[in-house]
Amino acid sequence: MTRKDSLPVTDAHAVNVTGVSRIFSIKKKAAVTALESVDLTVAPGEFVSLIGPSGCGKSTLLRLIADLDQPSAGTIEVFGKTARKARIDQDYGIAFQQAGLLPWRTVRANIELPLELHKVGTAERRSRSTELLELVGLVDFGDNYPDQLSGGMQQRVAIARALAESPNLLLMDEPFGALDEMTRERMQNELIRICADTRAAVVFVTHSIPEAVFLSDRVVVMSPRPGRIRSVLPIRLGGPDDRSEHIREDTAFFDGVSAVRESLHGTPDSGNARGVDIR
Amino acid sequence: MTTGSSWWRRIGFGLLGVALLAGVWELYTFLGPAEGVVVGGVTVLPRTTDLAMPHIWVMFERLFEPVTSAAGSPPMWSAVLQASAFTLGVAGVGWLVAVVVGMLLALLMQRFRSAEQAVLPWIILSQTVPLIAIAPLVRRWGSALEIGEFSWENWMSVALIASYLAFFPISIGALRGLESPDTNHVELLHSYAAGWWRTLLRLRLPASVPYLLPALRLAAASAVIGTVVAEVSIGLRGGLGRMVVEFAAAAGGDPGKPWAPIFGAVLVGLLAAGLVSLIGLTLRRFRRAEVPA
Repeated sequence: MTRKDSLPVTDAHAVNVTGVSRIFSIKKKAAVTALESVDLTVAPGEFVSLIGPSGCGKSTLLRLIADLDQPSAGTIEVFGKTARKARIDQDYGIAFQQAGLLPWRTVRANIELPLELHKVGTAERRSRSTELLELVGLVDFGDNYPDQLSGGMQQRVAIARALAESPNLLLMDEPFGALDEMTRERMQNELIRICADTRAAVVFVTHSIPEAVFLSDRVVVMSPRPGRIRSVLPIRLGGPDDRSEHIREDTAFFDGVSAVRESLHGTPDSGNARGVDIR
Repeated sequence: MTTGSSWWRRIGFGLLGVALLAGVWELYTFLGPAEGVVVGGVTVLPRTTDLAMPHIWVMFERLFEPVTSAAGSPPMWSAVLQASAFTLGVAGVGWLVAVVVGMLLALLMQRFRSAEQAVLPWIILSQTVPLIAIAPLVRRWGSALEIGEFSWENWMSVALIASYLAFFPISIGALRGLESPDTNHVELLHSYAAGWWRTLLRLRLPASVPYLLPALRLAAASAVIGTVVAEVSIGLRGGLGRMVVEFAAAAGGDPGKPWAPIFGAVLVGLLAAGLVSLIGLTLRRFRRAEVPA
């Protein structure tokens, strides 16, 4: 399958967030500021992780980019369009912490769901889903139902589904959060390979420092109450070919982990960093 | 998944339950005092005379005798089967009407929150009106209805009353089912820019199946009960309801007779539940539970 014709022109950012705030009003007078004047750009093909303790607004930011929620102030552009337009044009694929597969559909039918909704023909759907099943290594499981799959396999199906329409942007909200450590590391390796294959930009929300460091080109460290970007750390672990298992024991990797950890625990109040996995 | 052998087990246990009931009946007629058990002037257990509690074999023997002593009277079983078929047919029509109305109400309530607040209390209130009270009204309204060739008939009144009883579980069950998908799934469909209609077809309707099937079964039982009761209160001939009333009068001299239409009613109930189970079989894949990742 060829890449979308609407390939972003080089001057358009994949994501451009400018001065975005999100205030949730709980009761009549009480309001919670989930995000306060956040600026962030993601280049096409770039892998950016959002990390921070619970309540720092990282998931909220992702939901705003996905147009599942609207900002109280500021603007969000996805490939130079409004977030709403980008959602309607299917410029992004999304994966959540729960795989969220429809239990009555086979693995293949789950992957084909977005294509089916957008009236892609049966033959093309089938060839695309075969391609994606190969990509996520589930060729033999196309006719199985989700309840016959392990958690890691379900999450791979969810990622395949997110990739179905060859989006140039992947939004992932703790997609490996519910997996065990072994599966998690294997999924991270696979995600790097998939991203190299598809050259999609990724915004990746996570609790885990090593995960963020291992996957990302840049790690965005956020702090809570109100949710703000504390720092943006570039990580240089090399291209996808260099980033295999051994890099997890490399000094560059440990340096990255320390840098992110220091930023998380740093000023002004180290107590804020609770809820972050230091694994 | 139910395998063949577990099916037989279930049928076996079902038959065992019936046999047990028959055993208790016969045991009590054998051991119990003829005048029943009376505590402080109140009869707590029935009399055990052959008239009050006929033996089970009497009930069955009666099925193979003619309905009346008049010449040319058909055997009881054929009359009961005929009445059962009639009642099942009317109940089926009532059930179908109930499915359509119940589903439409559920869709309306799911689509518009305000409709749920406005309609739901009335749906619940509707079930507190006794059937006996509305039966004559429905009949009168129906008889006033005449559009061209079409004229309202009494069996339609009965079907309508049956549907009045049966739409309730469907609308409530369907509403719960339509609202059962996780936010997760709803947002996924939203991210695909799928509108209400396509979210309904791809997500809400399939997700409602596990809630809908018990509701359909309950509605089938309600439709049968509604039909029998409405047959009595409207005075419709041909069905089990009328037969129950007519044969009850004969109990004094012919104790097996009133049981024949009761067996018919049991048969109709079993058939109705069985038919709904068949629907459940075809929808089996929608009953797969989602397992957390």
